[in-house]
Amino acid sequence: MSESKRTPLYAFHAAHGGRLVDFAGWEMPVQYRSILEEHKAVRHAAGLFDVSHMGEVAVCGPAAGAFLNHLVTNDVAQLYPGRVLYSPMCYPTGGVVDDLLVYMRGPDDYFLCINAGNIDKDLAWIREQATKFNVTVTDRSADYALLAVQGPKAAAIVQSLTSVKLDAVRYYQFTEGSVAGVHCMISRTGYTGEDGFELYHAAGDAPALAAAVLAAGQPHGLELAGLGARDSLRLEAGYPLYGHEITQDISPLAAGLGWTVKFDKGVDFIGRAALAAEKQNGTPRKIVHFKTGDRRIVRTDTAVLSQGGAVVGRVVSGTLSPLLNEAIGSALVETAAVAQSLVVDIRGTKLDLILVKPPFVKLKKSP
Amino acid sequence: MSNVPNDLHYAKSHEWVKLAGDGTATVGITDYAQNSLGDITYVQLPKKGTTLSAGQVFGVVESVKAASDLYAPVSGSVLETNAALETAPETVNQQPYENGWMFRLKLSNPAEAAALHDATAYGKLIG
Repeated sequence: MSESKRTPLYAFHAAHGGRLVDFAGWEMPVQYRSILEEHKAVRHAAGLFDVSHMGEVAVCGPAAGAFLNHLVTNDVAQLYPGRVLYSPMCYPTGGVVDDLLVYMRGPDDYFLCINAGNIDKDLAWIREQATKFNVTVTDRSADYALLAVQGPKAAAIVQSLTSVKLDAVRYYQFTEGSVAGVHCMISRTGYTGEDGFELYHAAGDAPALAAAVLAAGQPHGLELAGLGARDSLRLEAGYPLYGHEITQDISPLAAGLGWTVKFDKGVDFIGRAALAAEKQNGTPRKIVHFKTGDRRIVRTDTAVLSQGGAVVGRVVSGTLSPLLNEAIGSALVETAAVAQSLVVDIRGTKLDLILVKPPFVKLKKSP
Repeated sequence: MSNVPNDLHYAKSHEWVKLAGDGTATVGITDYAQNSLGDITYVQLPKKGTTLSAGQVFGVVESVKAASDLYAPVSGSVLETNAALETAPETVNQQPYENGWMFRLKLSNPAEAAALHDATAYGKLIG
């Protein structure tokens, strides 16, 4: 086991009471005060997350756009400078290497944000696929820190720290500018289901920027939020997490991410044939979202049973929804079993799964 | 620093016992335990009348992070459980020694409490 990595905000977390745990090889705050309270702060006001463990990759060169459109399933050709795209990146089998954000900075200049736990694997995969294209692939993960300001008050808070007109930066757009004197890539994206911004900046500037956002945000009710709240927020919003709803063995189609697979984009992308066959034949297992009406958390790897008691799937994510006050989760279930009623056994108590189309709570759209 | 009141007895599995002096006692989990668990989301308690032996699992406390068994620190039969925890399990986080109590029992072997830790010894244990 290699030593845990630390973000530039390690001392900041410790000074603010962050409870540090290992996450994907990083020492990260799982919570500061309370996961449930941090979650509610993001839904009702704002939260500040350190997500500097995420990876950043620059893809540049005359063939960068064409290469990325071959690499990922969504349509990179729809991008324009200042626009962001969410996409899975698949193996030829249709299984997922990772899900990522593609930023178009200029015609020959793209930037990817990838999951922390997948950085080495992704870089190896991307470089292997890039050999036939006139592009350069550069790992910039160590250069960047990333702060996420999320929640209905996020725009007011970030606006108080910048002269950039944030009204002009719509959902899934980005721009560059100074925030609290720190040069940032200001991206109107996030992983909570709320309006908000993700601020990419030089690693050395992170302590100053975090302190400035916290000070500007506290009068608005902003709280520091850890990875615990990040996970419950994303699950409540119905967003997938790599290793749970999407994996090497769970395709974007099985995960309910069909909207990110653009069969008609006119480019033969990696995984296209396998995904087309899966679409044609129907996916044998799929991700469903559920709630139970009970507070007992239905945890990852809990067996999903038919009424007759046969195992027809397993839970891949589960938590307590702090807003609904009941267990919510997602499960990978045999497609044929989804129409029947499903149950789980929690310490001897059978609970019916109530299938829900996410989000689990009403979310306000970003502008 | 965890709060360890002087007037209680403690099990090394982090439950506390408060002797009423009339052969009954109240049981809960310690401040150290609630803090280690984090946000408590569910508490499963024994039914009234259940007979428990010291060391026996009497319930489960769930937090966002994990579900953990609870162990009876002393033997006896359950007189009453804290029904308020069904809808407000976070009370255990907020007041582990007061409103976050879990159940009251009639002691079947009052001498057992002497074998538990006092506040000083428990304080050292969680050091």
